[in-house]
Amino acid sequence: MLSRVAERLYWFGRYLERTENTARLISVYSNLVLDLPKVGFVWESLVNITGFDTQFRQRFSTASERNVVKFMFDDPACSLRACAGSARENSRTTRDLMPNEAWEKMNELHYLLKPDLSGRINRSGRHEFLSQIIDLCLELTGYLSGSMSRKEPYYFITLGRNVERADMTTRVIDVACLNLMGRQAEFDEQDNILWMGVLQSLNAYQMYRQQVQDRINGPEVVEFLLKDPAFPRSVHHCLAEVASSFKHLPRHQLALKAVNRAKRAIGRAVTTELLQTQGLHDFIDQAQADISTTHNKLSQTWFLS
Amino acid sequence: MNLKEYALNPALYDELLTASGRARPGLAPLSNFLRRADPHTLALKRDAADLAIKTLGISFTVYSEGTNIDRQWPFDIIPRLIQAEEWRRIETGLKQRLRALNLFITDVYNGQQIVKDGIIPADILASSKDYRPECEGMRPKFDVWAHICGTDLIRDKDGCMYVLEDNLRVPSGVSYMLENRNISKRILPELIERSQVLPMDDYPSRLFDMLCSLSPRSIKAPEVVLLTPGIFNSAYFEHAFLAQRMGVELVEGPDLMVDTDDCVYMKTVQGRSRVDVIYRRIDDQYLDPEAFRADSMLGVPGLMRAWRAGNVALANAPGVGVADDKVVYTYVPDMIRYYLNEAPLLPNVPSYLCSNPEERAFVLKNLPDLVVKPANESGGYGMYIGPRETKRSTREIKQKIEANPRNYMAQPIISLSTVPTLIGDSLEARHVDLRPFILQAKDSYVTAGGLTRVALVKGSLVVNSSQGGGSKDTWVVMNAKKDKD
Repeated sequence: MLSRVAERLYWFGRYLERTENTARLISVYSNLVLDLPKVGFVWESLVNITGFDTQFRQRFSTASERNVVKFMFDDPACSLRACAGSARENSRTTRDLMPNEAWEKMNELHYLLKPDLSGRINRSGRHEFLSQIIDLCLELTGYLSGSMSRKEPYYFITLGRNVERADMTTRVIDVACLNLMGRQAEFDEQDNILWMGVLQSLNAYQMYRQQVQDRINGPEVVEFLLKDPAFPRSVHHCLAEVASSFKHLPRHQLALKAVNRAKRAIGRAVTTELLQTQGLHDFIDQAQADISTTHNKLSQTWFLS
Repeated sequence: MNLKEYALNPALYDELLTASGRARPGLAPLSNFLRRADPHTLALKRDAADLAIKTLGISFTVYSEGTNIDRQWPFDIIPRLIQAEEWRRIETGLKQRLRALNLFITDVYNGQQIVKDGIIPADILASSKDYRPECEGMRPKFDVWAHICGTDLIRDKDGCMYVLEDNLRVPSGVSYMLENRNISKRILPELIERSQVLPMDDYPSRLFDMLCSLSPRSIKAPEVVLLTPGIFNSAYFEHAFLAQRMGVELVEGPDLMVDTDDCVYMKTVQGRSRVDVIYRRIDDQYLDPEAFRADSMLGVPGLMRAWRAGNVALANAPGVGVADDKVVYTYVPDMIRYYLNEAPLLPNVPSYLCSNPEERAFVLKNLPDLVVKPANESGGYGMYIGPRETKRSTREIKQKIEANPRNYMAQPIISLSTVPTLIGDSLEARHVDLRPFILQAKDSYVTAGGLTRVALVKGSLVVNSSQGGGSKDTWVVMNAKKDKD
């Protein structure tokens, strides 16, 4: 398999996952705002999660709902449209390795996001639109996992998906903690809803409930999202998936070493302590650096230099 | 509106109907269908075709104003039909032509006997910008240089098929030919069956077999790759399509490297792996920055070295452009007689060479009635179409011809045959050409039919997709009535 192709499949996997995650984030935030009429709702934090704060501020002066959603829909660099576009560009050059249906779904997604989206920004049509996007992403993923042989192309897409997932989960945790941790007890009643929102934005609510019987609380949520070995979007699980994909690829020693290091660091974290000492933000920073090291190692090993 | 109201121009040749409005022999199933079809049915079929094109992601790229625009493939649902008997004659003629052209290229780079024998003037070759000194003395396997050829055919009002040009360098369009058939199968299945259409889907496997046969190493599974300039090339869709259908790697320049052993390797996740045959879809001058344009980012440094050492096969071989030149074109009938000792089966469009003083005088005097073409352009660029031009552009072309006569040739305007085409909700006559694809290695092969390109603008003769042309599926139909058997 060509190194360049491996690289594009990996990025296809990442961008496809990012598209799905972004759509889910917007959707969850749009619901959350209905449950929290009294709290000054922070749409800005949605932009913070994506990490494109600077780009946003260049375009808009206020982080109003409309502006944020517009930005997340159609910004040329970091929106849903941009993610789906990048996924399509990467798959366009590698479509021969995927089932045809996956490519057809990719095109559907592209054509859904291509036209003027201003009519989709209003709350009324937004939910359906976002569900459509999420569904298409899942259908596409379904075709990949249902009909791709477990060979190199499949593993590079899987790597992209899991590296992106791990990264996204750390971002969601980070922003949630910045917003929620420093707050006073008066907001306590809303905390429940806000932590639920955090779980929902990673599609983790149901699985969390089954795993944790206690009432929803910050430390347990963070613990679950970081370390649960079974939940597919927990950082630990994503990294384990990365490690297992690595093992199917030739010359994997360096990359495997990097991801195992990242995984061990997650395993060692004591969440309650981190939350009490305000050390969580630094810890997440380190986790993101570890993920990025893993990315660099895999890129050095298999991609076109 | 259906075929009953079709405005047939009796002065032109219509591919479906005779001048009296009857279906040509063997083509009745389509004309009957079109006579009975109501606009609603046709509109539904067109919508189905549009949807298929969208979901199949059939597109082509147009470079304009600094950005690439991905346009959907313009497809007309009404097929263009050719009787199988006529096709067999055309097929033989196309094979003959390509055999002669390959013998010519071998000769050009190995002694130029044809010049010594006075068939072609020496200065025509000496001044060809596609003559590559790097190819001198080379004898590729089977003495074949142009393995893949896309010849453009047009039909004049008298019904005669002419060769308009031989595209030997990197001819494109074959994937659209195949996809057009796919769409037809989805939207007109009964009609295809009733018309007894010859299949064309075997092209990718024929292409693959042909490419494998070029391998310099005699191994069971030679490594064949398709070299593309990348996603920004207008034919990228086709490159990906063909690579997929053949099951070969689609590579870009940076994927390949030539080592000190003069062998070509591709960079894979396993490490590097030897390449035997490259189906290159990059022009000569970008192939190898060591040999040609040093600023080329698309090519592979050392590729010519590896080719000359016989360690890799290139299809088409470098240097074939010398035979795909609108001036050299005028000598192809002479080549057929010279190399094959056969009479040419397919005529050339009558042509006037501006390098010849008498013919140049004729051209300059009759510009408004002629088409003038630069010798080395493709895609219809730089073409001068007499009746459509302004006085100013006539003046300009005059100056250009006088400044560089070798670079221009002229032809009378061929009116191009027409085919019923769905425009809005009515059937209107539109002009078409035809590009069949010919393969040659040890043996030759011609696609059953080809890519029919159609000028969608009323009265227009320009069929290039980059300039507002569309395409049609081409059906070579077996004559249903076998009275004479």
